[in-house]
Amino acid sequence: MHGLVNRSIQCFIRDTYGVEIWEEICREADLGFNNFESLLMYDVSLTDAVLSVAGKLIGRCREGLLEDMGTYLVSNPDLDALRRLLRFGGENFEEFLHSLDDLHDRVKLALPDLDIPVLELKERTAHTYSLSYRWKNRGFGALVLGILRAMADDYGALVLLEHSTMRDGLGELDQISISLLDGAFAQGRGFDLGAQV
Amino acid sequence: MRSELSSTDQRVYRSGPLLGKLGLDQLMPMHIWAGPTGHILRAGPTLMKLRPDSEIVGQRLTELLEFRRPRRVQLMSELRAYDGKSVQVSFRSSPRTSLKGHVVSLPKRQGVLLNFSLGIAMAEIVRSFGLKSKDFAASDPTVEMLYLIEAQSAILDESKKLNTRLQGARIAAEEQAFTDTLTGLKNRRALDHVLTRVTDQRSSQRFGLMHVDLDYFKSVNDTYGHAAGDYVLQEAARIMVEETRAEDLVARTGGDEFVIVLMGCVDKRKLNQIAERIISRLEQPIQFDGAECRVSASIGITVSSLYETLDAEQICSDADVALYQSKDRGRACFTMYGPN
Repeated sequence: MHGLVNRSIQCFIRDTYGVEIWEEICREADLGFNNFESLLMYDVSLTDAVLSVAGKLIGRCREGLLEDMGTYLVSNPDLDALRRLLRFGGENFEEFLHSLDDLHDRVKLALPDLDIPVLELKERTAHTYSLSYRWKNRGFGALVLGILRAMADDYGALVLLEHSTMRDGLGELDQISISLLDGAFAQGRGFDLGAQV
Repeated sequence: MRSELSSTDQRVYRSGPLLGKLGLDQLMPMHIWAGPTGHILRAGPTLMKLRPDSEIVGQRLTELLEFRRPRRVQLMSELRAYDGKSVQVSFRSSPRTSLKGHVVSLPKRQGVLLNFSLGIAMAEIVRSFGLKSKDFAASDPTVEMLYLIEAQSAILDESKKLNTRLQGARIAAEEQAFTDTLTGLKNRRALDHVLTRVTDQRSSQRFGLMHVDLDYFKSVNDTYGHAAGDYVLQEAARIMVEETRAEDLVARTGGDEFVIVLMGCVDKRKLNQIAERIISRLEQPIQFDGAECRVSASIGITVSSLYETLDAEQICSDADVALYQSKDRGRACFTMYGPN
């Protein structure tokens, strides 16, 4: 698993539940270290171990943790990078949804080793969409849900999201149905194209 | 024109395309249209944002912009000669933003149309003028480029941090290391540890200590190069390890300086024999890459039984005194330190 994902889990747990819990998770998961490096690759069994121990110690299921982490990654003001890169997708939430089709390729261009699923957006009616994807790792479908929820807030859009995961012969197939109730419901956070990063 | 077009299409084709001025603004938000006298008739909305405090329309094109490449342009006739070509311009007023442009000479004495893009400094220009994605034509890849620049710079930041951490870890590891990486011998740190241990009053350890300095090593280095020098050091290390026992300590303490601690050995005769063997083996020519490297060694020896109280610094300094006596006696020999 890419270090960026592991590092995200680390920062999310550390910032949300405290550094002591994180260190306890590292000990119990038998990592042998407390810090993931975001540019190194790690065996996926380490990620699985961290998530299981974290779920047990925090008392939250894997999906719930990953969904919260998605929200954290976008909405935490200290980590503006991901939010900004996603905001390049469009001027409003609707444009952003359409840009998700390209997300896999955009990510590949920036970080060739980071393997994220191909997201497929279908427009059902004028303001309802469905997003489907297959994430190779169990439970990660919920991460997209968390990110989407936080991005809707970021754009100031009022949306209704429903997530379902089906298991089939190929693994997990995730689907999020999106109803865009109001694209300009709230002010949202600003996005300055040329912000000093 | 293709003959299968309908008559309507053919009529439209003959008269057009009639691109309205607003259409021009949308397709080319950074254009400038200069009339036959060289005065600017129209400028796209994004281009105007780059000079928020000046009235662009009505100015002479060459007063607004300096044409830098392919060469200076002063007159409209010179600009028309660049029909279809690219130009590099910058504003004459401050800030002297540079732009990349494309010149098209318009028919019917309508002047020239120039379309610009931000070029390589796009990130800085977008930042200083607060441009938004709506300011760019939908087909303009500037926003995608900005995305990439931002993604790359975030990754580069991470990469720099990782390198700093790895560098720090490396330095820490080196500081903690007890091994000389070139020869595989122990290093100065390791020697200090061992000397602290054997000079401890409670240990009552007896030992002999030799300070070995290679002779003529500098000339090997100068004559045959550093690779030969490194090889000689490795060979010398091997000889000293072979001439001592596993429980003894052989440390490289400087460029061509070594210290050997011989555990439990205060027998001067035995120590002299070991020193003699080391010197005679070191004097055998060492073959390196066709060259025959010749070195020798000067050695100073002391033993722990000479001292009432053991002081590592004193012992080392006495071995050093003996070593310099060997050097003074013409090198390639050993001296046992004595109170006289």
